[in-house]
Amino acid sequence: MSNTSAPEAPTALPPVKRRNAELTLIVLAIGITMAGIAIAGINISGGVPAAMWTVGLTFAALSAAAHVAMRFVAPYADPLILPCTLFLNGIGVAMIWRINAVEVEDVERAGVGMQLVWTAVGLAFCFLIIIFLKDPRVLQRYTYVSGLVAIILLALPAVPGLGQEHYGARLWIGVGSATMQPSEFAKIALVIFLASYLMNKRQVLQIVGKPIRIGRFTLIELPRARDLAPILVGWVLAIGMLVLLRDLGTSLLLFGTFLAMLYVATQRSSWVTIGLAMFAAGAFTAYLLFWHVQARVNIWFHAFEEDVYYAVGGSQQLVQGLVGMAYGGLFGTGLGAGEMYEVFAADSDLILATLGEELGVTGLLAILLALGLLVERGMRIALAATGAFNKLLASGVAFLLAYQVFIVLGGLTRVIPLTGSTTPFMAAGGSALMANWIMMGILLRISDNARRPAPQAIQDEGATQVIQR
Amino acid sequence: MNTPIRRLSIFSLFLLLVLMLNVTWIQGFQAEAIRDDPLNTRKFSERLSEQRGPIQVADENVAFSDNIAEEGKPPRFQREYTGGGLYTPIVGSFRTYGASGIEYTENSLLDGSDDRLAVRNFRDIITGREPEGAQVQLTLDPAVQKAAYEGFKNLGGKNGAAVALDPQTGAILGAVSYPSYDANDVTSITDTEQAVANYTELENDPRKPLLNRALNERYPPGSTFKVVTASAAMEYLDAGPDSTMDAPDSLDLGRELPNATPGGTCNGGQPDTLAHSIQISCNTSMANWAIEAGGQNMSDQAAAYGFHPSAEAAESAEELTVPLEVTPSYVPVETDPNILGRAGIGQSNVEATPLQMAMVASGVANSGEVMRPYVVDTVRDSDLSVVTQTTPESYSQAVSASTAEDLTEMMVGVTQQGGSGTNAAISGVEVAGKTGTAETGEGNDTHNWFIGFAPADDPQIAVAVVVEFGGGSGNELAAPIARQMMEAAVL
Repeated sequence: MSNTSAPEAPTALPPVKRRNAELTLIVLAIGITMAGIAIAGINISGGVPAAMWTVGLTFAALSAAAHVAMRFVAPYADPLILPCTLFLNGIGVAMIWRINAVEVEDVERAGVGMQLVWTAVGLAFCFLIIIFLKDPRVLQRYTYVSGLVAIILLALPAVPGLGQEHYGARLWIGVGSATMQPSEFAKIALVIFLASYLMNKRQVLQIVGKPIRIGRFTLIELPRARDLAPILVGWVLAIGMLVLLRDLGTSLLLFGTFLAMLYVATQRSSWVTIGLAMFAAGAFTAYLLFWHVQARVNIWFHAFEEDVYYAVGGSQQLVQGLVGMAYGGLFGTGLGAGEMYEVFAADSDLILATLGEELGVTGLLAILLALGLLVERGMRIALAATGAFNKLLASGVAFLLAYQVFIVLGGLTRVIPLTGSTTPFMAAGGSALMANWIMMGILLRISDNARRPAPQAIQDEGATQVIQR
Repeated sequence: MNTPIRRLSIFSLFLLLVLMLNVTWIQGFQAEAIRDDPLNTRKFSERLSEQRGPIQVADENVAFSDNIAEEGKPPRFQREYTGGGLYTPIVGSFRTYGASGIEYTENSLLDGSDDRLAVRNFRDIITGREPEGAQVQLTLDPAVQKAAYEGFKNLGGKNGAAVALDPQTGAILGAVSYPSYDANDVTSITDTEQAVANYTELENDPRKPLLNRALNERYPPGSTFKVVTASAAMEYLDAGPDSTMDAPDSLDLGRELPNATPGGTCNGGQPDTLAHSIQISCNTSMANWAIEAGGQNMSDQAAAYGFHPSAEAAESAEELTVPLEVTPSYVPVETDPNILGRAGIGQSNVEATPLQMAMVASGVANSGEVMRPYVVDTVRDSDLSVVTQTTPESYSQAVSASTAEDLTEMMVGVTQQGGSGTNAAISGVEVAGKTGTAETGEGNDTHNWFIGFAPADDPQIAVAVVVEFGGGSGNELAAPIARQMMEAAVL
C-alpha cells in the first residue's frame, strides 16, 4: 500500500482544462447571487434594489477576474472548485445584504459591510498562493515552523490585552475596533504541519505495533508508547482549547482533522479508535469539571426546556434557529420574507438556519450538495495529486471543509452540541473567508500541478524503473 | 495512500448525508411541532396586531384590542391595558416575544383559535364574518384588588404580595404583587423596539416587577403557620382550645428559641393554652406542639391544606393552576425535633406562597374545606354565549368542621384586645386572623405576614398578605392591608 515515490495519476488523466465549463458555472453562480439580492429586495420593499447591480456586478467582476486569472496561472486546475466556492460566497453575500437591508430599514442604503472586500482579499490571497507556491511540497521545509505558527495563532486570543472575548468564547484578537479570529488561520498552518509531519513519520506510525488478539481475531493493533507522543500533543491541545478558550468548535475541528489525516497517512484505524477514545474521555472529564461545558451539553439535550431557554447563554439562539427552519418548511418563505434576521448572529453563526428559513429544505439541500461537490472535488484532487505530502494536504483541506460544515449545521440541528463555528464561505466575517480562500488556492495549485501534462522528454531514455503496485 | 483517502471521502459524504437527512427531518417532519412549541415566540409576534377578545374584571375591560389603523387601511390592533400595574400580575401582557398571565394561559381562547370556539368560528366563516376571540371574565373584585394595591403603594418602597379568596368557592377576589408594571409599556406594536427595551429593563430590575409574588414566590410563613400547627394538634393529638402545653420563656432548639411576644413571656413561664398561644402568638408552646405532633403528622396536616412534603412530591402531584401556574409550597417531613420545633412556627424548611397561606385561612373559614382556587370565571364567545364557566370544586378537607370552628374562635382572639393582630379589626365585624413575623436569616429584615378572614361567623373573604423584608411586625405592616381588603368585601 505504501506507494511512496511513483506519480500515480497524472499520466492517467487526459490533459483537459474544461475552463469553459468553469465559466458557464461561474456565470450561473453570479446569476444566483444577483437574483438572490433582487428577490430579497422585492420581498422587503416591493422593487428591484439598486444593490442587485452595485453588489451584484462587483461580485461578478471579482468572479470574472478570478476566472480569467485561472486561465493564465492554473489552466489545468479542477474546473469545479471555483464555481462551487463562488456560488457559496455569493449566496452568503446575498444573505448578508438581505439582513442588512432589514436592519437599516432602507433597501437603498443597505450594503454588505466588508464582505465583498474580504472576498476580494481572499481571492487575491488565493491567486498569490497559486502563482507563488509553484510546488506546495516546499512547505515541507517548514514542518515545525508551521506547527509552531498554528499553536501561536491558537493561543493568541488567550494573551491578556490582545485577546478579546465575545459571546462567551475567547476567539478574537484585536487592536481597537479591528479584530480577527486567528484560529481560522491556525487551521491552515495545522493542516500544513500535519501533512509534512505525518509524511515524515508515517512509516513508523504505520508499521510498528502490537496486536491485541481475541483468539484469531485482531481486536486492535496498539502502537508503541513512544509513538503516541504526537496524538497526545494533539489531544492536550484540543482539550486545552475546550477548557481554557471555551472553544468547543475549534477543539472538535482540529482534533477531528488531525485524526482524519493520521488515518490517511497510516491507514490504521487503531489510531482513530485510540484518538476518539481519548477525546471522549477528555471531553467527558471536562464535562464533569467545567460548568461551561455542562451548559453546552445541557443546551444540546434540553434546548426546549423553559429554564434552559431563558438561562443566560441558554438555548434561545438554538431554538430560534430551529424555529426559523421550521417556518421555512420544504420551500422556504422566500429570500427577504423570513424573520430570522431578528435573531442574534443571523448572518454569521446562524446563516444556515437563516437560509433554511428563507430557501427551505430545498435550498439548504442545494447548498449542502454544492459543499459536498466541493469536498469531493477536493478529495479527487488528493487522489490525483503527486506525492504523499500533496495528498495529505489536499485531503486534509477537503475534510476540514466537510467537517466544519458538519460541526456548524450539526450544531444548529442538534446532531452535536452547538459550538458557534463559521460556515465556510457564507458566514459574515473576514478571517474565515480569507482562510477558506487560501485553502482553495492550495487545492487549485495541487490540482493544476497534478493535471498538467508532463513536459515532453527531450530525449527518449525510456522508463528507468518500473515499480509494481 | 489512495485507499484511506477514498474512505475519508466516503466518510465526508456520510457527514453531509447525516446533515441532509436531519435538515429534512426538522424542516419536513418536525416543523409543525417546533412551531407549536411554547418557546416559539413568533406565534406571539405574528399575531401581535390581530384582534383578541377582551379580559374583564367585574364587566369592565381590563385588556382589550384597539384598532389603530388609519381609515381604509387593513386593521391593526393594539392591545390596551387599564389600571396601570393593578391587574398585570394576573392579566399579564401580550408582547412581541411572548406572553404572560391570562394572556398566555387563555391565549387560544382570546385569539379565537381554541377548539371550543370551533362551532362559533365555523358559523362565522359561513356568514362571512371575521372570527373573533372569546372574552374572558375574571373573578377579581376591583375594590379588593385596589385596596391591596394601594396598601402596598402607601408602604412606600416595600415589596410584597396579597391574595384574597372567596372561601366558599375558591374564587380569587384579589391577587396583588408589588411592585408591578404597566403592561402598556411593553406591548406597543408601533414602537416594538422601545417595548422590548422596556421589558428587558423590567427583567433586569432587582425588585423583580415581572415576578408574580402572589402565586410564584415562596416565603417562610412565620407565625401564620401556627394555624397549621394548631390544626395538627387538634386533629392528631385531640387537643382543644384549652389544652395546655409547656411554654417556657425560651426553648433550647439547638439555638435558643425566644418568645417573640410582647413582654417576652406567654403565660409567665407556665404551660399555656392553645387558644392563648394563638392569640398572642407564643413561640415555645407552638414549637412544642409541633414536636409533640411529630414530623409526619405536621407534614400530612400541611399537605391537607395544599403544601407538599418535597419538590419531588410536588412534581408527581397534580399541578395547581388557577389557570396561572402556582409554585408549590413545602412542609418537609422533619425528624430532628430542633428543626421540627422551628417548622411548627413557620421557620426552618417551611416555605409558602401567599396563595397557599390564603388557602389555609379559607380552609378554616369554610368549615375545614379548602376550595380549589380559580381566577377565570366565565369565557364567552363574541355573541356573549357561555363557552366555559368554572364551577367551584373542593380541593381538600383540611380539618374537621368542629376543628375549624375552634380555630376560628381562637383566631378571632388575635384581632381582639390582647391579641397580636389588632390592626386587622373591623368595627362591627368579627375578624379572624393570625399575624406572622418571619425571620429571614442573620442581618436581614423580617417578612411580615397576616392571614385571616371576615366576617368570622359567615366568611365572605379570606386573605393573606406578606410584606417582603418589612422589618416590622405582621400587625404593624401586613394587618392594615388585610383589613382594607376585607373591608372592601364585607362593608
